[in-house]
Amino acid sequence: MSLHLILFLVFGAICVAGAVNLLVQRHPINSALSLIAVMAALAGEYLLLGAEFVAAIQVIVYAGAIMVLFVFVIMLLNAGEEEETKGSRVASLFGVPGMLTGAVLMAWVVLRRSGTEPVSIGALPGHPTEIAHLLFHDFLLPFEVTSVLILIAIMGAVVLASKPEATERKAD
Amino acid sequence: MVPLSYYLFLSGFLFTCGVVGFLIKRNIITIFMSIELMLNGVNLSFVAFAAHWRALAGQVFVFFVMVVAAAEAAVGLAIIIAVFRTRETLNVDQVNLLKL
Repeated sequence: MSLHLILFLVFGAICVAGAVNLLVQRHPINSALSLIAVMAALAGEYLLLGAEFVAAIQVIVYAGAIMVLFVFVIMLLNAGEEEETKGSRVASLFGVPGMLTGAVLMAWVVLRRSGTEPVSIGALPGHPTEIAHLLFHDFLLPFEVTSVLILIAIMGAVVLASKPEATERKAD
Repeated sequence: MVPLSYYLFLSGFLFTCGVVGFLIKRNIITIFMSIELMLNGVNLSFVAFAAHWRALAGQVFVFFVMVVAAAEAAVGLAIIIAVFRTRETLNVDQVNLLKL
C-alpha cells in the first residue's frame, strides 16, 4: 500500500464523513462547517493529483470566500433548527430508482479500473505557468466573459439584497 | 498508485450526497450548500481526468466552475435574503406562492 493510496484514503474518508454529516445535521451552521471540511479535504485530493493551483484556489475561493458568505448569511438570518416536515411524494417516487441507477453506474465504473500514475507535488501536469498560458491564450474569450458574469452577479446581488424602501426612495 | 476509478467513486459519492441533500433537506440554505457539494464532486472528476490524460484544460474548467459557483453563491444568497424578508421563513415548504 503506497503512501499515495493511504493519503487518498485519509482525505477521501474526511470527504465522505463531511458529506454524510452535512445530510445528518439539522442546524445549517453545522452543515456549513462539515462542508468546509469536505472542501479542505478535496484540496488535499487535488494536491495528490498534482494540481496545486486548483488546490490553492479551492482553499482560498471555496473554503474561504464562498463558505464565509454562507456562514455570514446563516448568522444574518439567524437560521435555527430545521423543521421536520413530511417529504414530497415525487422525490421518494423518483429518488429511490434514481439512487439505485446511480449506484449501479458507479459500481460499473469502479469495476472497470484503470490506473493513474502518482504525481509528485510540483511535477506534472498542473503547473501554474501552463495554466496561465492556457487561460490567457486558448481560453481568453471565456475568461473575459466570466468577468462580465461576475460583474452582473455583483450587481444582481446588490439589487436583490438591498432593502425595498431604499430602492423606492431612490425612485422618488 | 491510485486508480482513476477511486477518484471517480469519491466524486460520484459526493455528487450523490449533494442530490440527496437537495431532495430531503427543508432549509433553503442547506439546499444551497448541497448544490455546492454537487459542484465540488464534479470538480474532483474534472481534476482526476485532467491528471489521467495529462490534459490541463480540465483544470482550467475547474477554474471556470469555481467562478460560476462564486457568482451563483452571491446571487443565490441575495435571493435567500430577499425571500426571508418577504416570507419570514427559511423553510422551503412555506415558500409556496407558485404552487397550484
